[in-house]
Amino acid sequence: MARISMRVDGMKVTDDIEPRTLLVQYLREGLGKTGTVIGCDTSNCGACTVHLDGDSVKSCNVLAVQADGCEVTTIEGLADTVETDLHPMQEAFRECHGLQCGFCTPGMIMQTVDLLKRNPQPTEDEIREGIEGNLCRCTGYHNIVRAVQQAAGTEVNAL
Amino acid sequence: MTAVDARPEQTNEIGRDRRRKEDARLITGRTRWTDNINLPGMLHLAMVRSPFAHARITGIDTSAAEESVGVVTVLAAKDFDESLGVCINAWPITPDQKTPAHPPIASDRVTFAGEIVAVVAARSAAAARDAAEMVEVDYEELPAVVSLEEAVKDEVLAHPDLGTNKSALWVFDSAQAGTGGNVEEAIASAKSDGIVIERTYRQQRLIPAFMEPRSVVCDPTGEQITVWSATQIPHILRFAFAATTGVPESKIRVIAPDVGGGFGGKLQQTPEEMIVFAIARRLGKPVKYTETRSESLLAAHHGRDQIQKLTLSATKDGQVTGLKVELDANLGAYVAIVGGGVPVLGAFMFNAIYKFPAYQFNCQTVFTNTTWTDAYRGAGRPEATYAIERLMDELAAEVGVDPLEIREKNWIKHEEFPFTTIAGLTYDSGNYEAATAKAKEMFGYDELRREQAERRANNDPVQLGIGISTFTEMCGLAPSRVLGSLDYGAGGWEHAQVRLTPTGKVEVITGASAHGQGHETAFSQIVADRLGVAFEDVEVLHGDTQIAAKGYDTYGSRSLVVGGEALVRAADKVLEKAKPIAAHLLEASVDDMEFTGGRWTVRGTDQGMSIGELSTAVFAAHNLPDGVEANLDSEATFDPENFNFPHGTHLCAMEVDTETGQVKMRKYVCCDDIGNIINPLIVAGQVHGGLVQGIAQALWEEAVYDDAGTLVSGSFVDYLLPTAADTISFEIDHTTSPATTNTLGTKGVGEAGTIASTPAVVNAVVDALRPLGVHDVTMPCTPERVWRAINEGSAGGETTGAAAAHFDSSTGMSGNVDRTEGDVQ
Repeated sequence: MARISMRVDGMKVTDDIEPRTLLVQYLREGLGKTGTVIGCDTSNCGACTVHLDGDSVKSCNVLAVQADGCEVTTIEGLADTVETDLHPMQEAFRECHGLQCGFCTPGMIMQTVDLLKRNPQPTEDEIREGIEGNLCRCTGYHNIVRAVQQAAGTEVNAL
Repeated sequence: MTAVDARPEQTNEIGRDRRRKEDARLITGRTRWTDNINLPGMLHLAMVRSPFAHARITGIDTSAAEESVGVVTVLAAKDFDESLGVCINAWPITPDQKTPAHPPIASDRVTFAGEIVAVVAARSAAAARDAAEMVEVDYEELPAVVSLEEAVKDEVLAHPDLGTNKSALWVFDSAQAGTGGNVEEAIASAKSDGIVIERTYRQQRLIPAFMEPRSVVCDPTGEQITVWSATQIPHILRFAFAATTGVPESKIRVIAPDVGGGFGGKLQQTPEEMIVFAIARRLGKPVKYTETRSESLLAAHHGRDQIQKLTLSATKDGQVTGLKVELDANLGAYVAIVGGGVPVLGAFMFNAIYKFPAYQFNCQTVFTNTTWTDAYRGAGRPEATYAIERLMDELAAEVGVDPLEIREKNWIKHEEFPFTTIAGLTYDSGNYEAATAKAKEMFGYDELRREQAERRANNDPVQLGIGISTFTEMCGLAPSRVLGSLDYGAGGWEHAQVRLTPTGKVEVITGASAHGQGHETAFSQIVADRLGVAFEDVEVLHGDTQIAAKGYDTYGSRSLVVGGEALVRAADKVLEKAKPIAAHLLEASVDDMEFTGGRWTVRGTDQGMSIGELSTAVFAAHNLPDGVEANLDSEATFDPENFNFPHGTHLCAMEVDTETGQVKMRKYVCCDDIGNIINPLIVAGQVHGGLVQGIAQALWEEAVYDDAGTLVSGSFVDYLLPTAADTISFEIDHTTSPATTNTLGTKGVGEAGTIASTPAVVNAVVDALRPLGVHDVTMPCTPERVWRAINEGSAGGETTGAAAAHFDSSTGMSGNVDRTEGDVQ
């Protein structure tokens, strides 16, 4: 077992875990952060994307021990409080109908928040390339792109 | 107690682009996916799956696995009795269909790679997975039949005991059915004095690939056994549990909590569900199984996989005279719940919007040692639409006219509706002229044709192709009587209940089971309008057989057109029950009451009561008319008389690099007629997502098996799901011909985009290359296939040969797809 300590969505946690535990497994099974989901086993889908010290990572591609001493933000910690004070990206996804089944949404939102942090005014192509590592099967991406445009305050594509 | 007032101002909810009620929890991670459920004492399962496509099981040694830390038990088929149940086929398409028994766990023989042979129950998912690796299974390999082409030869048999790979032959003939002429005569006549187009198209195998992997939890503690499953069909699943395990329905509660997509892929009664149910009962403990993505791709049912031999006859000027379809459909190793029926759903759609005087459809379903196939978005109708829309382009090329012109020459004119087709369906409404005119304008059709001509004249290495698909489809599954006549084992009605709470809020219970469609929002809009209550005051409850006791669930673009109409009828019954109570309380005659502005009012006065006020009065029941029960709640079941026929015109511009074979989508425009629209935002989302799934069949996706029957596209590394960077933004619009078979005038939209888009894209690719002598490119239109089509004059060849297993010695242990030199370690 290995001892890890980190801050997750503002909360300090310390646990003894099997060294092979993936960060996403620790978040879900260890901390009950089930807002972060697992969509594949090859790091392709991005559904498990969280922020590790402020940068987006696929949490299935990080061992929990690698996050020792780090600050992790999940979809559950993005808004100050659930239901109110939503992050602008969360608002934009709802406003632009950027989700249907919602399974890819936590990862998609975490990734697009990171995208705008790096590039606050992305073109459509830059948005599309910026979320290339996140798969969505419902929306055809059209409205996800619109949501990012809206959150960025750039011109929003037609519905 | 205060009653909720009626809406202050009467605005129509129907037609508003309401933001979805569902989203608040989905964008904050406050979700209840099945895999999120954890119960005290819960055990976790891992499956041991066959690596061979066809083999005899000669021994299973579970001793090492049983000794592994945290393992409760390891079980194989021999450890279960018949209470394990079986996987059912609900649609034997012919009386003599061959249907091998499908046990959830293989006992002596495996019939596809991925079939379950043993199962481990352990304290954690990781412990179960570790132990599953320790189960030693001895196999004696048997010859496997993998491809449809080989299977129809009946040389190697998927199920030797059956003596054949052929399951059922389903035939429709317009001369026999009395709906039209003799197709052989039409073809013979065209051979001597007309045009005969003969083509073979392949519908590659696809994987639904919903984003949420399937997961099942079963809690056997308490009087009812509760099952949570990532399913589209909680009601049908409960029936299947009861019908095959001997546990009565009254003891089974099935819940579909938040479900992450389906696309037909979760329209199944799965071995995994049966195993979880059985082991939970056996151990008396809650049990969970969540598949990995690789397991999902391997063992959750696949879709499409047909070979279509098509003969179209026409007069010299392009008037169609006959269509003959000879279809081979790959069932995989078993006949899935609707497996054999999927191609039959296409039987009525090959003639599409065109006035064929003679039609014949022959469908042979065939077994192979591959994953079972069943519904995938569109189910039968994309295949039919692809065939006919490709053929119409071929006919246009043969006649030498614009493909839109040949369509217009043959389609049903607006004034001819309702129109009974050669396949025996009556299309109630539509306007192909209007949708096409609008789509052409949006697309800039004439300008793009001009640009195409210029590029051709200049021998531009990048050619432009324009693809057309003027599709229709039958959806809203389905009239129960029609299903009965097709030997389907169940009905197609839908049930709804409307309940009023003491404070005047409304609870709507529907038998439809959403998994991303936005029912909670759209159904709220319908009921808000009908009862005159606020959108926010309507709560939609679904997906739990203890709450929504009756239902046929969600698939086949049915929820709104069947379930929505049931809702309307239930709401109307509420109003009727409220009417005498309102009259009594307002001291008026029932004959003077009218429902206006969301209230029961006394005609000619300003007196009235809202449903909320009446609900509160009924709850107290202090002053009701004699003989009237204290209950406004109402339910209704709606069984449609007919299918529902959305249509539309889709136009696609593709740029094709003739030097590299690379294709690039330049523009995609569609104008769909889906009748009246409840929520344009949700409709747009359905269209966008549908389009990309159809485009993905045209360009990217294919489930590929090697010769041994190993799925080599068994992970998201290999199965090419499109990303945002692969796709473009779309231009969509609508024309409106209300459906006449439901009072809302709505048509289904869930599958339309997928059904329409595949042929539009391939037609565009072929259109770009037609001057180079290309008249077909096999799907998916990869750069390699396009390049071969240009340079070899073929349709581009099979994928199988190019997709050897990654760790095959013939490829230096690295495979030869997506590999660069030097990555072999």
